[in-house]
Order: sequence, then C-alpha cells, then structure tokens
Amino acid sequence: MDALVLAFGLVFTPDTLIVIVLASAFGLFVGAMPGLTATMAAALLVPFTFYMDPVPAIAAIISCTAMAITAGDIPGALLRIPGTPASAAYVEDANGLTRKGKAGLAIGISICAAAFGGLFGFAVLMLAAPMLARFALNFSSFEYFWLSVLGLSCAVIVSRGGIAKGMLSLLLGLFIAQIGLDPLIGQPRFTFGIGELAGGISFIPAMIGMFALAEILRNGGRGLQTAPQAELTNPFAGVGATLGRYRLNLLRGAAAGSVIGALPGIGGDLGAWITYSLAKRSSKTPEKFGTGHPEGLVEAGATNNAALSSSWIPAMVFGIPGDAVTAIAVGVLFMKGMEPGPQLLTVNPHNFYAVLLVFVLANLLLIPFGYAAAKAARYIFKVPPAYLNAAILLFCVVGAYAINNTMFGVLVMIVLGVLAYILQSRDFAIAPIILGIVLGPLVEQSFITSMTIARGDVLGFFGRPIAAALGAITSLIWLAMITRAIGGFQRVRQRQTPGA
Amino acid sequence: MKRFVTATMAAISLFAAGNLAFAGYPERPVTVIVPWSAGGGTDATGRIIATMLEDKLGQPFNVVNRTGGGGIVGHTAIRDADPDGYTIGIITTELSMYGAVGSAELAYTDYSLVGLYNADPSAIFVKADSDHRTIGDLAAAVKADPQATQASGANFGGVNHLSWVSMVQGLGLDGSQSNWVPTEGGAPALQLLASGAIDVAVVQFPEAQALMEAGEIRALATLGSEPNPKHPDVPPITEALGIDFAIAGWRGVGGPAGMPDEVVATLAEALDGIVASQAFRDQMEKLNYGVVWAGGSDFADYLENRGRAFGAAISAAGLGQ
Repeated sequence: MDALVLAFGLVFTPDTLIVIVLASAFGLFVGAMPGLTATMAAALLVPFTFYMDPVPAIAAIISCTAMAITAGDIPGALLRIPGTPASAAYVEDANGLTRKGKAGLAIGISICAAAFGGLFGFAVLMLAAPMLARFALNFSSFEYFWLSVLGLSCAVIVSRGGIAKGMLSLLLGLFIAQIGLDPLIGQPRFTFGIGELAGGISFIPAMIGMFALAEILRNGGRGLQTAPQAELTNPFAGVGATLGRYRLNLLRGAAAGSVIGALPGIGGDLGAWITYSLAKRSSKTPEKFGTGHPEGLVEAGATNNAALSSSWIPAMVFGIPGDAVTAIAVGVLFMKGMEPGPQLLTVNPHNFYAVLLVFVLANLLLIPFGYAAAKAARYIFKVPPAYLNAAILLFCVVGAYAINNTMFGVLVMIVLGVLAYILQSRDFAIAPIILGIVLGPLVEQSFITSMTIARGDVLGFFGRPIAAALGAITSLIWLAMITRAIGGFQRVRQRQTPGA
Repeated sequence: MKRFVTATMAAISLFAAGNLAFAGYPERPVTVIVPWSAGGGTDATGRIIATMLEDKLGQPFNVVNRTGGGGIVGHTAIRDADPDGYTIGIITTELSMYGAVGSAELAYTDYSLVGLYNADPSAIFVKADSDHRTIGDLAAAVKADPQATQASGANFGGVNHLSWVSMVQGLGLDGSQSNWVPTEGGAPALQLLASGAIDVAVVQFPEAQALMEAGEIRALATLGSEPNPKHPDVPPITEALGIDFAIAGWRGVGGPAGMPDEVVATLAEALDGIVASQAFRDQMEKLNYGVVWAGGSDFADYLENRGRAFGAAISAAGLGQ
C-alpha cells in the first residue's frame, strides 16, 4: 500500500502530468495522420527521454503510444484509412457509421470502448501480471502457429462476399507476404533482383493503398459518399447508450484482449480480428456487420486497447518485447534503471505502480482528446469533396513514403490500391489480404521453426497440450466450413437435377 | 609558363575553397541512416550517438530508419549516398557476413570507416531445470550426439547461429552437424527456451537478463575470452573449454567510401570523444551494451579479423557460396 501512495507521489507531479498531456497530444497527432505509426512516435520521443526522470520518461512513451494506436481509429472512421492492422478489422463498420452521418458516434464508440478496454487491461495487469506472464511463457512456436492460423480463419469467416472469396483474398495476402527474403536462410523470393522488393511489402503502404486509395478510386468522381453529418453539440451523444446495449460485447472483448495481448508478438494485431468474428458469430444480426453496425466495433475496439495494455506484461515481467513499441519502451526502462524482470514488481514496486497509473491516466485522457477529435471531425466534411479527396490522396502518398522514406512505398500503395479497387468491384473482401500480409510471416516462421524442432514430424503440432487444443479448435472450424460448403454444393445439385 | 601559373592558381584556389568548405563541416543537418527498425539495439545506440554528435558538432544529426532485407537495404543506402559527409550511417555485424553468405555485394571496404563503438559477445543459456549444470555437461552432450541438442537465437546465418556453429566446431565436431532452429532473433528464441520447446538459446545478456532473474533460465558460458563485467560468475568459453572465439556482434559508424579525409577525421574525433565520455558509457551501461572503441585503421583491422572468423563459421555451417 505504501508503494501505491509512493507511486501516486511520483506520477502526480506537475512535470509528469505535463509530460503525459504533451506526449498524448503528440501521439494523437501522429496516430491520426495516416501512415505515421505509434512505433515512429515512440522512437522520435526516445531522445527526449534521455533528459527526463525515469517516471516521466516511461510516461511519455506509454501515453504517446496508447494515444497513437487509438487515434489510428480516427482516420479509419472518417476516411477509411485504418491506422493499425487491428483497426482494419472494424474499419468497415466505423466508416459505415460515418457514411450514415454518425462520424461522432463512430469515433466515440472506438475511443470509449478503447478506454474501457485499456482500463480493464490495467486491472488485469495490476492483479495478474506475473501469473499471465507465466502462462504466456508456455507458448512455443507450435502454439503460435495454431493461433495465427486461427486468426487467419477468423478473417475468412467474417469477410463479406462469402467464404470462398474471403479465402482467395487471404491467399493473395499470404502470397504478398512471401515476397522478400525467406525467413529460413534469407533466400530472395519473387524479388526479380530488385533490392527494394527484398525488403518485402510492408503492410502500411499496402493498407493505405487498399483502403484509402481504392476508396478514392471508387468514389472519387462523385465525391465522398457521405450523408451530411448530424449537427450535434455533443458528438458523443448516444455513445453511452450504445456501449450499454452491447455491454456483454464490451466485457468479452476486453477480457479476451487481456489474455491474447499477453502473448508476445502476436496479441496486438490478432485480438481484434478474433473478437470481431466472435461478435459476428454470436450476434442476432450478423448480416449488419460491415455496414456500419456498432456491435463488432464495440467488442473489437475494447479488445484492441486491452491487448495493448496486457502486451506490456511479457515485456515488463520477462523482458520479452512483443513488438517494436514495447521494445523501445523496454530500452527506455533499461536506460532509466528500471530493468524489466520480476524484480520490477518486488524490489521497486512503486515504480511498477507508477507505470500502471500512467496507463490509467493515458486511457482516461483518451476520452477528452477523442471528444475534441470527434468535435473537429464534422468540419472535415464541410470541405468540398474534390478538395477533400485531393487532400486524402496527398496523405496517402506522404504516409506511404514516410514508412521507409522511399518512393517504393508509394509505388506499392498505388499498385495495391488499384488491385484492391478491381477486387472490391468483384465483391472480394480486402481485410483478409491485409491480415495475410501481417500474419503471413508469423505463420511461415512458426511453421518452419516447429517443423525443425519436431524434425519433420507433423504430429508434433499436436504434441503439446495447448497446441493440441488450439489445433483441434482450428481443425473443427475448417471441418464445419467444409461440411457446409459440401452441403451447399449438394443442394445446388439437387435443385439443378429436376430441371435437367 | 603563364598557363602553368594559371593552373597552379586555380589548383590552389580550388584547394583553398575545398578546405574552406570542409573547415566548417558540418554546415547543415546530417542524415544518419540506421539499417534496422526503430526499437532495436542498433536504433537505440544509433540515436544516442546521433544526439551526442549533434551536441558536439552543432548541427542536427537526423536518424532515418531504412529497414529491410536483413539490413541490406540500409547498408546499400549508406554505401550509395553522396560521399560529402552529409549522409552517414550505423553499420553492423551483418556487413561481416553478406559477402561470405552471398546475399549482397557489400563489404567494409565500400565504406569510409569512422569508428567502432560497440561489440557484444553472446552467451549460452539453458532452461533452469535443464540437466546441463555446467558448460562442460552441455559440451559432453553435444559431443555425444550433436543432432540431439536443439539450439536457437537467430535466423540461419545470424550472428548467434554462427556463434553456435563456431562453438560446435571448437568441440572438434563438424559444424554442419549442429541442430539450429531458425527464429527471428533473441526474444522468440528465449520464448522457445522458456516454453521447453528447445534445449539451448544463444543470445546476448541484456535480452536474457529478466528471465535469468526470474529463475526461468540459467547462463552456462559467455562466448568470448573475457567474462561479462555484469555477470562475472558466468565463465568465458575460452577459459571453460579452451576454445578460441572471435565471433561477436558489433556496431560502428561509417559513410560511403570516398568521403573527404577532413570530414572523416572530424567525425572520428567527435565519436572518439563521445565513446570515451562518461555520459555515453552510462547510457550504454544502462542498456547493457558493451562499449569498445576502434577508430580509422584499427576499425578496418577489426573488421578484417571479424570477416575471416565469420567466413570460416559460415562455410562450416554450410551456408557459404
């Protein structure tokens, strides 16, 4: 208890609070700019943290990344440019609400569900960090393989346009993920001797092209297809009611996110996809998903930030960072003498609690900052569509360029944007392509690693208890899908036979 | 005669102009290319170096991450930049390996070498409840059946893989018999070790420290001739098994070949001062990175040596061209 009081003293100083607010504002800006990532924001902040005390330094990184990742939902909702692979899971629904004239509601749901998820994740972090970390340590490449296959299967199940087309989209994404150096011996694949292709197709220009550019191509001639935005004094009106209606989704999303997020390297991207498909499966109105229906948005939005909170567990308890952002934060922890490890919880618990308090503050700050963003969003749609489209196009180019500072990113964005436009006009879903690009390397890497460990024995994938359970679930899902497909095929034949 | 005078005057004035131009180096912001992504060790140390160069030389040193292709994209970008001193970069271990592996036509001779600032040997780790109590136990087990011990810590051809191959070779076995599980680096390999899927992880101390303190894993040996100052009780492999070991990850500052000598000298002097400074040592110490310094021709000698050791391990691993 003394530690908690001490932690309050560390966090509630003018310096720390100012740092949190400034870093959050910076994160909001970076996150809301299409193409600029939370990783970039954190890396840019690192030199500033050299000159700060430990707690403000960590606070800067945490509040900036939490804000940047959540703010990535804003361009998703307004312009159909998702900020992260996770927000690509529900971008159709968020943008669908905007088209119905409810941009404020879309942003409000994203932000408030995220804040709830983040706070839920905080509670989990506070109570169960060491336990969850120990649990996550049991996951080897076998379990990762099944988890990523499960995530990919979810993307196919939820995709619009049918499972067969979703599957084809996914395979295209997995193919794009093959481009570059293979993970085993670094052999170039599908690079045609072009150095830039050896680096692979990174998902940010791909995502910008496939969602934003394709959208401009589709509607550019007519301007954005948006209903006039409701003139509300309170852009968050109706958010509370919506969250209340889907409170079970909110809770389930946050709980699932807290568990999945604790798995290093996979949780953040995958969680939202799994819970979005869960929401669709259990919904009374699954047909509304993807058209601007808040149900999946609530659940996946909560998952997203809960996973973000708990992704710090393996980083802080065992020093295993799951992604670039937590890796940067681990670096800053080291530099400030707060070395990650179990002793962070025992030797200097006030430091650990201070970090947790920063989480709470950053998540609470999401609400006023998100409110301001939602309030401002209305003005975007007062811009004549032609100008707005030109500005979006500019953001697409800048965002695609910024990821590696090369024109190659812009080229990727354009090629995949045109491809997505063609695919979409034939009713192919885009989201599975993105998830294929993001998870493809993980599937391949974990498959190769597992096969090496099992020395080529496929049964090795069922040789460990958790892997066997995950494998059984995944196989059952596919079995169900195949059975249904065969059933559908037979029905078609029966219908055809009398006529023939 | 007149023509000779004119030519001489022209040469002198050009030389003077050149000198003037370089006297003021750097006159505008300098780009520092980091060939690895934000958040990694090269990025972290590169940003420390950039910030300190900025303080010393009075111009912004802007870090740009040019990632991809296992560092090839960024290393190529540094090599192909204008050799005017306004684009430099952080060059890393992989430069000692591209040639031998045949993945890219890049060698340290393509660069103007400013200085080496970091080198870290890896270490050998096992799970806490492993049967191998000492490095001797592990060596005996590997000698008995090299295939039975599953080790990980990097992709094929990564520095930790070559360290492992080099150790297996040092035990008098054929390096290609060793059993390596390819992963993307230290963190996933430690995850595999802790989950009980593999027997040995070859990673660096900072990556493994938290798991060591949690009592999940143990260090058996440091892969070098000196003990790690932070872990003096972990025996160096040279002492424990009598194996001579020259493979370690390194990081240094370099620019495209053909940079003006004055510019290289200015940068090397600044970097020497930085590496010697307590502030830099403190920061590196906190991040658990080893500090070493080798400037100019010392750096070239160092890279020559590394190149040979890496080349031997790469061909032993059967990865050579």
